[in-house]
Amino acid sequence: MRPKLELLDAEIVGRVLDEAFLLLRDHGVKVQAPEAVELLTAAGARVDGDVVFVPEGVVRRALETVPSGFRLCDRSGEPRVTYGGDAVQFDPGSSGVHVLDPETLEHVSSTTADLARIVKVAEMLPQYDAQSTAVVCDEIPKEIGDLWRLYVVLSLSAKPIVTGAFSVTTLRHMIDMLAVFAGGRDALAERPQAVFDVCPSPPLIWSAFGAQNLIELARAAVPAEMVSMPLAGAAAPVTLLGSVVQHAAECLSGITIHQLARSGSPIVWGGAPAIFDMRKGTTPMGAIETAMIDASYAQVGKSLGLPTHTYLGASDAKVVDAQAGLESGVTALIGALAGINMISGAGMLDFLACQSPEKLVVDAEAIASVRRFLDGVQPRTETLALELFEGIAFKGEFLKQRATKELFALEQHLPSRVIDRDSARGWRQSGALDTWERAKERTRQLLEEFERPSHDAAMMAELRGIVERLAKDAGMEVLPEPA
Amino acid sequence: MEREELFEAMARSVIEGEDETAADLARRAVEAGIDPLEAIDRGFVPGIDHVGQEFSRETMFLPELVLAGEAMKAAVAVLEPEMTRAGVAREIHGTVVLAAAPGDIHDIGKSLVGTMLSASGFRVVDLGVDVPVDAVVDKVREVNADIVGVSALLTTTMLGQRDLITALGSAGLRGNVKVMVGGAPVTPEWAEEIGADGFGEDAARAVAVARRLVGVEG
Repeated sequence: MRPKLELLDAEIVGRVLDEAFLLLRDHGVKVQAPEAVELLTAAGARVDGDVVFVPEGVVRRALETVPSGFRLCDRSGEPRVTYGGDAVQFDPGSSGVHVLDPETLEHVSSTTADLARIVKVAEMLPQYDAQSTAVVCDEIPKEIGDLWRLYVVLSLSAKPIVTGAFSVTTLRHMIDMLAVFAGGRDALAERPQAVFDVCPSPPLIWSAFGAQNLIELARAAVPAEMVSMPLAGAAAPVTLLGSVVQHAAECLSGITIHQLARSGSPIVWGGAPAIFDMRKGTTPMGAIETAMIDASYAQVGKSLGLPTHTYLGASDAKVVDAQAGLESGVTALIGALAGINMISGAGMLDFLACQSPEKLVVDAEAIASVRRFLDGVQPRTETLALELFEGIAFKGEFLKQRATKELFALEQHLPSRVIDRDSARGWRQSGALDTWERAKERTRQLLEEFERPSHDAAMMAELRGIVERLAKDAGMEVLPEPA
Repeated sequence: MEREELFEAMARSVIEGEDETAADLARRAVEAGIDPLEAIDRGFVPGIDHVGQEFSRETMFLPELVLAGEAMKAAVAVLEPEMTRAGVAREIHGTVVLAAAPGDIHDIGKSLVGTMLSASGFRVVDLGVDVPVDAVVDKVREVNADIVGVSALLTTTMLGQRDLITALGSAGLRGNVKVMVGGAPVTPEWAEEIGADGFGEDAARAVAVARRLVGVEG
């Protein structure tokens, strides 16, 4: 039996959806892309200015065509990540603008070198099923900031990628960049290697870019991942369920625009909600209520048979301390128990503003424990214990049993040295290092051991050519080497 | 099977913790007229050395270590009578008597130390748990032990470690035997206070201490 967490009973799930449909019909959703408004009105929605009132039937038709799942491939075209069902996977949080300097503990503007370090560490850790374009690179012109991040990841990684575009123009370039490795745009649609985040603006607004982004991705049949972010008490109702309803309404309208642009294209029921801290006015990602909203909206998405995503496993601490550990660990477990297909957030501090490779290393330990938990408690032997007591006769000699040798690795996850299980004296003798110091050591080690995946040289040259041309247009003569 | 092949199979049987296979291979060596000492040193010992190294690298684990020790023991049990018959003895680092202190029934840590010590070339006489002080003293005298190790997992049974040292003194044996103490509540300070010669934090470190006490390098 796989452990599972459901926070809502069926009746509440039904009420969430009922109210989301009513919001779309009566309150309406603001859609700021004319093309999206046209698609919605042609399908039967009513428009007043840029507010669209969408009848339930229009949404229901979209829900009939949206795929219940899809797979993301690695660079060789092998499917590695499953969106749909109760598959649980993790990737580093993206959207970072800072990195934690491991020596000074300052949050400094992130650069290509920082992104490269993050990608390398995530590439080395099997706990990360996918890469993300984790931080923006401060030294790169804003116009190409999104595609540059993708270029760095494509250069250093072979894993599937969670990314996102900052404009429609760059989105098209990014799809072309991915198509280089897939063997063209059609092949990319067949075997996608990346999913693109698309964000509605709370409450209930699809900005011109957001809506157009959905349309472009649908037409390219490249997977889209909606990142709806109700802020409970500020840009969304203060009640957790109120925010879940808003999330549902934003995602339902997003799916409708997306499926109207091209039915059958893959899209994910995702998000990054948070509660709103009433003392500091911040948006805590490590708050338990944030995780409760996430688990709830995921349950709503699952009730519709949709693939799911969320932002958990992040912390609001400013350094990799006890708060970072407990918030990241607890929320990663909640997301996994909720069966969320892609859980983004590892490595992140400070309300998703700051990434840290060292924290990625610590979070990987939490993720490994979470995976062990998901495997559950299973019978491994014919009798549960009787056969293991043969010849024991009150002696604590289970260590000598062949079954112990054969089964212990199945029953027990062995953490890396980031997790200390030495005796107090042994720990002191090995330098009395705390989690942070141990994580720094392991990060250094992973970076040393990293080897760049052997990508096809011609494809890499073609990719480099695309990026060089776009960089030149943005006024950049010399490109940093992503190394 | 060629000699070298046989030695490789012996090492493998220890690495895989297959005690029956190890004993079979030992018998085959005897039948083939191979010097039992050579069978141990070139066949089984490389296997146990490998497991020890992998264990300290954390690429093999306690169950593998213990089963490797058991396989080693099974092989040596077959070969020892042959050595006696041939009038040769395996070069050992020393004889160690092990016991859990009186009133202490904790076996696992002490047995691990025993496994590690015998795998590392010590002769180990394990008296078991809850062993009266006199029984330990008698055994030390009987086997002319180089080292005696007493474990205690409780603060109350730790006192038995001091009692043993006192008893060894009264029996006039203290000058001939080194005393090692271990167990969760035992500290280097306690070891010093009661006049013990060595303290090992865990089984692997106990081996290092034992080697130092008998003057073996490394």
